[in-house]
Amino acid sequence: MPEPPHRRRAHTRTQDLERYAGLFAERTGVMRSSAMRDLMAITARPEVISLAGGLPDTSTFPPKSFAAQMTRIAQESAAEALQYGPTEGFEETVDCILQVMGAEGMLPDPQDVIVTTGGQQAIDLVAKTLVDPGDVVICEAPTYPGAVPVFCSYQAEVVQVECDQDGMRIEDLEEVLGELDAEGRRPKFVYSVPTFQNPAGVTMSLDRRRRLIELARSREMLVVEDNPYGLLRYEGEALEPLYKLDGGDYVLYLGTFSKILSPGIRLGWLCAPPPVMEKVVLGKQAADLCTSTLTQYFVREYFAEGRWREYIESLAELYRHRRDVMVAALREFFPAEAAWTEPGGGLFIWATLPDFIDTGDLLARALRDDVAFVPGQAAYVDGRGRNSMRLNFSGVGEDEIREGISRIGKVIAEQMDLYGALTREHPHMPAGGAEDMGGIDSLVLPFKKAAEGGP
Amino acid sequence: MKVAVLKGGKSLERGVSLRSGARVEDALARLGHDAVPLDAGADLVERLLADTPEVAFIAMHGPGGEDGTTQELLEILGIPFTGPGVAACAVCTDKSLAKHALKAAGVPTPAWFAFNQTAFRELGAAEALGGLEQRLGFPLVVKPSRGGSALGVRFAAAEPEVPEALVAAFSYDDRVVLERYVDGRELAVGVIGSEALPIVEAIPADGDRYDFEARYEIGRTRFECPANLDEAERVEVTEAALAAYRALGCSGFARVDLILGADGPQVLEVNAVPGLTDTSLLPQAAEAAGLSFEGLVDRILELALEASGASA
Repeated sequence: MPEPPHRRRAHTRTQDLERYAGLFAERTGVMRSSAMRDLMAITARPEVISLAGGLPDTSTFPPKSFAAQMTRIAQESAAEALQYGPTEGFEETVDCILQVMGAEGMLPDPQDVIVTTGGQQAIDLVAKTLVDPGDVVICEAPTYPGAVPVFCSYQAEVVQVECDQDGMRIEDLEEVLGELDAEGRRPKFVYSVPTFQNPAGVTMSLDRRRRLIELARSREMLVVEDNPYGLLRYEGEALEPLYKLDGGDYVLYLGTFSKILSPGIRLGWLCAPPPVMEKVVLGKQAADLCTSTLTQYFVREYFAEGRWREYIESLAELYRHRRDVMVAALREFFPAEAAWTEPGGGLFIWATLPDFIDTGDLLARALRDDVAFVPGQAAYVDGRGRNSMRLNFSGVGEDEIREGISRIGKVIAEQMDLYGALTREHPHMPAGGAEDMGGIDSLVLPFKKAAEGGP
Repeated sequence: MKVAVLKGGKSLERGVSLRSGARVEDALARLGHDAVPLDAGADLVERLLADTPEVAFIAMHGPGGEDGTTQELLEILGIPFTGPGVAACAVCTDKSLAKHALKAAGVPTPAWFAFNQTAFRELGAAEALGGLEQRLGFPLVVKPSRGGSALGVRFAAAEPEVPEALVAAFSYDDRVVLERYVDGRELAVGVIGSEALPIVEAIPADGDRYDFEARYEIGRTRFECPANLDEAERVEVTEAALAAYRALGCSGFARVDLILGADGPQVLEVNAVPGLTDTSLLPQAAEAAGLSFEGLVDRILELALEASGASA
């Protein structure tokens, strides 16, 4: 394919480079590109089985239904759909959002909702509104890899609190808060993905949810609940969202249509009390004036069909099977020394390997066999997570999941053999012990070890 | 002139290669050439046959593009190409082979041992590790024999760290090099034709080692070109670089990486297809020599055509 001429002006001169280097804002110093990003670029090759992305399977959305909705918009509301819209989003979009939140038992005041360009913008707007350079933001360890760059770009000091199979450890959070108190500091907010967490797949227990809300209320501390996966539950009873437990005073709630409809439409939302919302709206105005009107019209049409819950159920059915296939494959192909979470929903499994394996290097090796995952280090701010990985089971079919896990298992076995040969012994995981690993109930999560190694 | 710019490919340095390639294409366009970008894939030969370029500019880094494979293909197709020939590329790419060649030619390079995985898996080489570590001393550097941009390079401060470092390095290649760590200034000498460019010194901004992140991010690494060396040092470093370039049979252009330690310069490696990105060293050295990026690209093309004319 011919490329247009003069696509971009190359920066050919050293002086140019130096001039730019001098112009960069201080906050760009913490925005890092990485070897990992270059490796991830390779995962886009078509022959690679990528368990790295967080992609929902959009191939199941009926093209006819998509065509009908877009046609209707073109015929009935072309001019409006192509126009700017209100910064807060259309009332009709908010109605759809209320339906989605209602499905999880939440009933926010429509005035408390703003439509955003994906959930990612909601995270950005919250940080933009609340974080000054040097402020403390608390999040889980591991945390959503996409949240870290946001907090860092506002120069927050990110403190991570360990998770186990019941989510963020509230006793550890209390300890961190105590330490901050001693320094006369308060965190601006606690960021959590309490349900089917990205990347670990774990869910915060009801008891911990209640304790977190108590802490928030007694300390007048904000909690940011990011809940993209709550409706993608494959078994068990739903736990009440933090937003519902709190009533919306101290919990800011982030939602998204990305995982229940489409990430391509870039529609998410934020619920916040009026004083916070006022600032958020100003921030959103500065960022992009308004969220895409066209895709808001699409959501409106889609919800009018009244089949959105059925579609989510069909997705849940699809992903449940894929999760089962991945878990079965992990049991078959991963070594006994590995441990992994077995989530009851969401899109991700978190696996941890013996600590002499660096999953960044392992990814390079795995890519030679055309398979990819996210190295665990991406979920930490301090270089931990080196022997863990995030595996996605929603984005590729069952055969590919099995094949992908089998290939990863093979390269892990190769590295374990090699390490065994190098140390002249069979490698073991030093902490925890093999008897603690493997089962979903008895799983002592990998994060534990990391905590013990920490400061 | 119709110039195919070969870039991308499957190597781990794909991203870097795409950046090098894009920059070369821009320069070619400004020079009035017809640049044909080719992302090296399964259809590479087909596209080269269809596009019939007069010369190929190789901007691929890592295995496939830098190890002689692509060069050999172009020789078979009769298309002149930039940079060193097949044999030189093959030797430069494999640090263990390159170090043997350097040693044979009397070019200083840090002491090393190289192993492949079979040695450890089947021949019990682990038994010999302790003795080798003693001879090299700590800290030592463990790196994949073939690989670039510091991917998979680990420093082992003490014996217990060696197995893990080896596992990491073996992720990138079946052969690894254990090398004596030489403390000193990190220098690079670009060579064009048979002439050395001014010496560049890489000084990581945060005092860190010159790793992958530092290499490709504007502002992370401070470069000084020409490096602040006295005349005797400058001559010694330049001569070592040129000797290395010749010892490995390079032609066209290449970049020699060295450490200037207490015992004088030591050659670490020679890059047969050095990076040409915004933050790469060779273009900066050319700039310091008064050669713009366009001028550099032009000269590299000229050398490629001369070489093919001579061999035809």
